This record gives sequence, C-alpha cells and structure tokens, in this order.
Amino acid sequence: MSKNGPLALSFHALVVVFMLAPLVVVCLVAFTPENTLSLPWHGFSLRWFRAVFERADFIQSFYNSLILAVVAATLATLIAVPAALAITRYRFPGRDFLNGLFLSPIIIPHLVLGVAMLRLFALMGVNGSFVWLMFAHVVVITPYVLRLVIAASIGMDRSAEQAAESLGASRFTLFRLITLPMILPGVAGGWLLAFINSFDEVTLSIFVTSPSTQTLPVRMYVYATESIDPMMAAVSALVIALTAATMIILDRVYGLDRVLVGRH
Amino acid sequence: MSVLRDTGRGYLLSAPALALFLGLLVLPLLLTLVLSFNVFDYEVGVKGGEWTLAQYLNLVTDSYFYEIFLRTFWISALVTLLCVVIGVPEAYILSRMGTPWRSIFLILILTPLLISVVVRAFGWSLLLGADGLINQAIQALGGRPIKMLYTPFAVILALVHVMLPFMIIPVWTSLQKLDASAEQAALSLGATQAKVMRMVVLPQVMPGVLSGTLIVFGLSASSFAIPGLLGGRRLKMVATVVYDQYLSELNWPMGAAIAVALLLVNLLVMLSWNRLVEGRYKKSLGE
Repeated sequence: MSKNGPLALSFHALVVVFMLAPLVVVCLVAFTPENTLSLPWHGFSLRWFRAVFERADFIQSFYNSLILAVVAATLATLIAVPAALAITRYRFPGRDFLNGLFLSPIIIPHLVLGVAMLRLFALMGVNGSFVWLMFAHVVVITPYVLRLVIAASIGMDRSAEQAAESLGASRFTLFRLITLPMILPGVAGGWLLAFINSFDEVTLSIFVTSPSTQTLPVRMYVYATESIDPMMAAVSALVIALTAATMIILDRVYGLDRVLVGRH
Repeated sequence: MSVLRDTGRGYLLSAPALALFLGLLVLPLLLTLVLSFNVFDYEVGVKGGEWTLAQYLNLVTDSYFYEIFLRTFWISALVTLLCVVIGVPEAYILSRMGTPWRSIFLILILTPLLISVVVRAFGWSLLLGADGLINQAIQALGGRPIKMLYTPFAVILALVHVMLPFMIIPVWTSLQKLDASAEQAALSLGATQAKVMRMVVLPQVMPGVLSGTLIVFGLSASSFAIPGLLGGRRLKMVATVVYDQYLSELNWPMGAAIAVALLLVNLLVMLSWNRLVEGRYKKSLGE
C-alpha cells in the first residue's frame, strides 16, 4: 500500500545507499587479498583478519572494551533501576532536578566530560586506571538505561503490585516477584543499549585511558590517524559484526524500533 | 505520613546515582571551570593559586581560536540544514511505506547510529581518499581524481551521515502522531498535494524538526572523531583543538577554557532556539 511516487522512492533509495555505503565498503575491503585498500575484485581472502588476531595490542584493547562495556552497563543498570523507580513512583522535592541531572550526559558533549574527568582523575592521581575509566563510562551510559526503565515503569499495570502489597508481601519480594519481571524488557533493553554505547565510546575515553587500558575504539582512532591499511578494515568489519549481533539480541528482547524511535 | 515516607524512599533509591553524578559529573565540571581561570606557564605548568582571564581573552583575540569557533559554527549549521533537507522528506517517505518495508528501512537507516563512529569515519576515508573508491571510479571513467579527504566536504558529508538518524527519529515520532484523516480531508476538499504538505503535514512535524535541529547542531559542534579522522591536521574543529591543547600542547587551562566556551555556546544556542520556537508556537496557537 505504498503511496510514494517514483521520485520519492528514488530519493529514498539514494538515502539508503548513502547510509549504508561506508559500512558495506568497509566490510568488502576487509576481505581484500591485496596490500592496499581495494575492493576484492580478484577473489576473497581472510589474511587481514588473521593479521588482526596477530596484533596483541588490538586483542588486549578488544578485551578491555568488552569487560569495560559489560561491567559499566551492569553498574549503570544497578543504579538506574532504583533511580527510575524513585522518579516514576515517588513525589519528592528535587525529583525533576534529579531526572534532568541523570539525563544530562546525553546533552553535555562527551568531549567536555572527557576533559573534566581527566582533570579530576589527574588530581586524584588515578588517570589511566581501568576502574575509574569504568566509572566514567557508567556516568555516560546511565541515561540510556534510565530512559528505557522509566518508560517501562510508567507503562506497567500496577494493580498486581497493589494486590501483592495488600497480601503482605515485603518490599523486596514485591520488587523481585512483581515489579522486576514486569519492567524486565526495559531493563534488558537498557543494559544492551548501554553496552553498545560503552563499547563504541571514543571521545571521552581518549582522554582518560592509558596505553594499557586503551579501549578498542581509541586504539582504532589512534591507529587510523597514523596509518591506513586493510587491517583497519578487518577490525572495523569485526566491530560491525559484533554490533549487529548485539542489535539482533536487542531487537529480540526489547524491539529495535522501540529503542531507536522510542515507541513505548 | 505517607508523603514523608515517599520522600525518604525517593531519595534513598536515587542516592547511588546521585552520589556518582555529583562526584563524577558535577565535581569534574566545576574543577574544569576553575582550571580555565588558572595561570598557565609553559615552564612550570598550571599555577594553582593564580588567576587570569588570559585564556578567555585568547579565545576572542587570537584569530587561530576564533576562526576555529566560526568554522565549527558554520560547518554545524550547514550539517543541520542538510539533515533537515534530507531527513524530513525521508522520514515522511518512510511513514508512507507499507508494512514490512517501513520497519525494515527504518532499521536499516537508523542502525548505523549504533555502530562506532570511528568505523563510520574510516568507511568514509575509504570512499573519499586520494586513491579511494570514488576516485578509482572517476579514473576508470577517464576523469581526474578530486581531492576530497581532509577537506570540509569530507567532514560535512560524514557528519551528515552520522547525524541524519538524529533528525529522522524525532521527525518520525511526530509523524506517528499525525492524523492521516486530516490529510485525506484536505485532499478531498480539493487541496493540492503541495498545499497539504505545507498547511497540514509540515506544521505538525515542526516540533520534531526543531528538536532534531537542536540535537544535530549540538552533536556536530562538539564532534571529535569525524574532524579528527577526516579533517586532517589543518582542518581543525573545536573538539580537535581541545584535544591538541590537552594532549600535545599540554596547556590544560587553555583547553579547559575552550571546552567551557563550547559548552556555554552550545547551551546558549539551545536555549535561545528553544525560546524562539516556543514564541512562534504560542503565536501560531493564538495564545
């Protein structure tokens, strides 16, 4: 029942090509058998993927990013869920301020957050430490969990909670058996979105990582400013594959369209 | 009684997040504000107890700095304009598609958002480089290669690519609220398609367009990886200059002053834009 004319559809095709071209090109170039950045016209090769796995620094950065993203997303979820329940369930002075404060890292440029945390960490003498990098990430990704959990918590039917409460369930039982299962899609979706955002973060991380705690995007950024070879394409293709896998899971647990366009 | 209990529980549940945000968001931002007024000396570094406005004076008197601010401003404004011109029609076309195409294309267009910006910048450098794929194609067709990488063109193109989803999302959201029967009513009363667009559709998507404009402008003005990888050494934007000041010049107070100025200019643009828009809306609603 498409009501779009041929002009509209050609415009649409151009936009789709524009959005996908750089990603498709990266994935194709990753398979080149040659030494230069070229499309694999004369057969596919996995040599550049092998080259990636021989680079100990890239492997180390990948593990750094993976552990960082898992732990930071988990911590962000642990603080965002109670905060979201506080904001949606209780009326108290300063509630709107807290909501604004917790969502503000979305508006404040990561660059500004990066230099600000660099200053703090330098004064504390902990710059480049993995633990503090992790806390920095928690601040940046908490808003994503918060938004999804707030949406889930507003949308839920509270009569089951009231019934359990009137039957004498303790607050913790109530949360574990009633509230949590009902907001779980929001919690899981928020965790995954936070995971992706932490895994991809580069602008803040570049200021507060040291060579041993460098994350994969920072390593890639530094590498790409110095030299460009097909190995970079292979790393990029692997990152795209990992992100795509996470997105598929995100789609299953929460719905990708809900995450992206916020239909709740 | 129950109000008191609610208040207590509200604070208790938000306490962990509040502690983290006070310690790692509010405190570092304040420290950076303080740092931007500290005296800096290339021999000894930051002088803790001495204060100066030198960094801020530099920003407005040194042509190196204010030209970078101006460049960042026009690049961000142009990127925002292009995102409106491409994103609004695209969101409208998407909303008129039938299932399943609508969700398939919506996801195809929006998911690049979740892929690392370094990867996307690298993709553009593959396409735009001196011996990149576009130049290879031009040469194969008998033309002469064009210099695209490390020019404003490359930065703008890649920024539009990164920012377009941020425009499409809010426009799409306001289109979802659009009542299709209003369009049909206007059409059945003899309005032309163009008139329906102008009088019925556009006014209703304006809130989406305006919030998209704010997001795109703010993110473009502070973008780091795109100008860093596609602008090269000479085409600096505000974020790449802050990076230079911190990590190669080691002049932290100067870097802090630029970062504070960026944050303030961003907030100022957002607030004034918001006021302007709200004023317009109140007028058009007859208040």
